[in-house]
Amino acid sequence: MNKTLLATALAALGLAAQPALAELPVAIAGPMTGQYASAGDQIRKGAEMAIADINASGGVLGEKLVLEVGDDACDPKQAVSVANTMVNKEIVFMHGHWCSSSTIPASDVYYEADIPMATVSTNPQVTERGLENIFRIMGRDDQQGLVAGTYLADHFKGKKIAVVDDKSAYGKGLADEIAKAMTARGAVPALRESITAGEKDYSGLVTKLKRDGVQVMAYGGYHTEVALILRQAQQAGLDLTVMGGDTMTNSELVTAAGPAADKVLFTFSPDPRKNAAAAPVVEKFRAAQIEPEGYVLYAYAAMQLFEQAAKAAGSTDYEALQKAILAGSFDTVIGNLSFDAKGDQKAPGFVVYQWQGGQYDYAR
Amino acid sequence: MAYALQQLINGLTLGAMYGLIAIGYTMVYGIIGMINFAHGDIFMVSAFIAVTCFTLLAAADVSSIPLALMFVLVVTIFFTSAYGWAVERVAYRPLRGATRLAPLISAIGMSIFLQNTVQLTQGARVKPIPPVIEGGIEVWNTADFAVQIGWSQLLIIVTTVVLMVAFNWMISHTAFGRQQRSCEQDRTMAALLGVNVDRTISLTFMLGAALAAVAGVMVTVYYGVVDFFIGFLAGIKAFTAAVLGGIGSLPGAMLGGLLIGLIESFWAAYLWAEYKDVATFGILCLVLMLRPSGLLGRPEVEKV
Repeated sequence: MNKTLLATALAALGLAAQPALAELPVAIAGPMTGQYASAGDQIRKGAEMAIADINASGGVLGEKLVLEVGDDACDPKQAVSVANTMVNKEIVFMHGHWCSSSTIPASDVYYEADIPMATVSTNPQVTERGLENIFRIMGRDDQQGLVAGTYLADHFKGKKIAVVDDKSAYGKGLADEIAKAMTARGAVPALRESITAGEKDYSGLVTKLKRDGVQVMAYGGYHTEVALILRQAQQAGLDLTVMGGDTMTNSELVTAAGPAADKVLFTFSPDPRKNAAAAPVVEKFRAAQIEPEGYVLYAYAAMQLFEQAAKAAGSTDYEALQKAILAGSFDTVIGNLSFDAKGDQKAPGFVVYQWQGGQYDYAR
Repeated sequence: MAYALQQLINGLTLGAMYGLIAIGYTMVYGIIGMINFAHGDIFMVSAFIAVTCFTLLAAADVSSIPLALMFVLVVTIFFTSAYGWAVERVAYRPLRGATRLAPLISAIGMSIFLQNTVQLTQGARVKPIPPVIEGGIEVWNTADFAVQIGWSQLLIIVTTVVLMVAFNWMISHTAFGRQQRSCEQDRTMAALLGVNVDRTISLTFMLGAALAAVAGVMVTVYYGVVDFFIGFLAGIKAFTAAVLGGIGSLPGAMLGGLLIGLIESFWAAYLWAEYKDVATFGILCLVLMLRPSGLLGRPEVEKV
C-alpha cells in the first residue's frame, strides 16, 4: 500500500520533471577501473558505437540518446552508489552491471526506481528474486556450468579434475554448478578449493594441484587470476588445462599468461561475430580499430533491445517498456532475443571455446 | 615430505619479498617513530618502473638476461629512491615539528596520490611482461612428487639473503650506519654532535625505497603481472611483518616477513586456503598479546 503511494508520488514527480527533454539518458555500468577494467572497456565501446548508430538513424521516438557511464569497479558497495547516481540522472534504461556481485545489489535500486535493465551477469540469483525490471541477455551459470561440467567429464575421462573458485558470487556459483554437472556424469572432482582474488601468489594452490596429480582445473572466477595460476603452474612444471566461464573471453588473458593461454577452455554463448546478421556491425567495429570480442556486441545488442522495445511500446515509460521487452522478440547483433517470465533469455545456449594463438574458437 | 619442502620454498620466496618491503617500514619507524603509509605504493611504483625497463629492453633486443636484470635493477633503484626522497621531502620534512598525527595523514595522502597517478597515467589494466627467467632445477624427485625450485625463486632468495647481510653490516659498521643509529636514539643530541639529521633521514627513506625497488623488480620477474593496486596488499602484509618481528628492528622485519610467507604457504597447503589471511592476522594478534613489542623488538624506554 505504502509502496504504491510512493510509486505514484515518484511517478508524478517524474512527470512533472519530464517535459521538453530533447535528450534521453541511457546508462551502462561495470568495472571501468580496477582489475577487471578491460571488461568495462568492452562494454563502453559497444554501447558508444550502438548509440552513435541509433542517433545517426534518428534516435529513439525523436529523441537523441546520451550515454551515462557508471564505474562500480566490481565492488558491490560502489555498485549501489552508482545505481543511486544513475537514478538521480533519470536514466530510462540501464545496461549492466557486469560482476554478478554488483548486479544483484544494484538491481534492487533500479527496481525501486522503475528502471528497466539488461545485464550479462550470469549468476542465477540475478533473475531469481522476482524483479520484473531485469532482463538477462546472456545465459545462466547453471546452464553454463552444465555445459562445462559435461564437457570435462566426457573429454577428460580418467584424468583428475579440480574445481576451484574465487569466492565471488559469480565464481562460486559457476564452480558449484560445474562440480554438480561433473558428479552427475560420474566424474567426481579430485579437489575443491577456494582462492582469494586480487592476490599475486598462487604457488600454494599450484603445488597442491601438483601433489594430487591434477591435470585439469575447472575455475569459477575472472581471467586475471587464471593468467597468474597458469604462469605459476608452468614455473612449477605442472601441465595444467583450465576450464573457465564467459569471463575468459578477455584477450588480456593472453597478454598476461603468454603461450600458456592456449591451455584455457571456456564456455560462452555462440560467437556473435560469426553471426551473418552481425557482419556489417562487426565490419564497422573493425574499421574503427575495435575488435568486437567478449562483451562489445552484447552492449551493442542491449542498446538495440532498448531502441526496438521503445519503438514497439511507443514510449519510454517503465510500464510500457517493461511489457514490450517481456512480450517482444528482438533482432540484435547477438541474434534473436526474447525473454521468459523471470527475465532470462529464452534460447541462450553455451558452447565450449578454446584459446589458440591469441584467438578463441570453438573447441574441437 | 617432498610436498612440504616445495611449500617451504614457495613460502621462503614470498617471505623474502615481504621482508624486503618490511625493512622500509621498520627503518623509517626506527628513525622518526612513524609508519610510512606510502611505502607500499613506493613498491608499486618501482614495479611499474621495472615493467617499463623490461619493455624498453625487449624493444632494444637485449637478449642477455643477467645484463638486462642488472640494468633494470640499477635503473629501478635509482628512480624509486628518488620517489622515496620526494615522499620524505613533501610529506614528512615540512611537518617534522607538528603533532604526530599530521605526518600520518600526509603519508596516507601521498599513498592515495601515488596510486591514483599511476592508475591515471598507466591505465587500470594489468601490465604483463613476457616471462624473463624460465625453468628451474629439480632438487628432489620422490616417487609421487618432484620438488622444483625455479631460477627466479632461487634468485629472489639469494638476492634477499645477500642484501640482508650487506645491510646489517652497513648499519653496524659504517659511518652512515652509526649516524643512522644515533638519530634513532636521540635526534637533538645527534644534531648537537654534528650529525646532519635531515640528510640521514632522507637517506633512510631512500634506502627503504631502494629495498622496496628490489622487491618490485623481483615481483615483476616472478609473477610477470603488475597493476596499480598491488601496493596496498603488499604494504599491509609487509607492515604486519614489521610489527610481528618487532618494529624498529631490522632482523625482526626480515624474520617477520619470512614467518608470514611461511604461515601463508603452509596454511594454504594443509588447511583451508580461503582462511589464509585469517590465520596470518590471528597469529599476529597472538604474538602481540604475548610479546607486545614483537618477536625481536625491544620494549620502548620512555625518554626523559
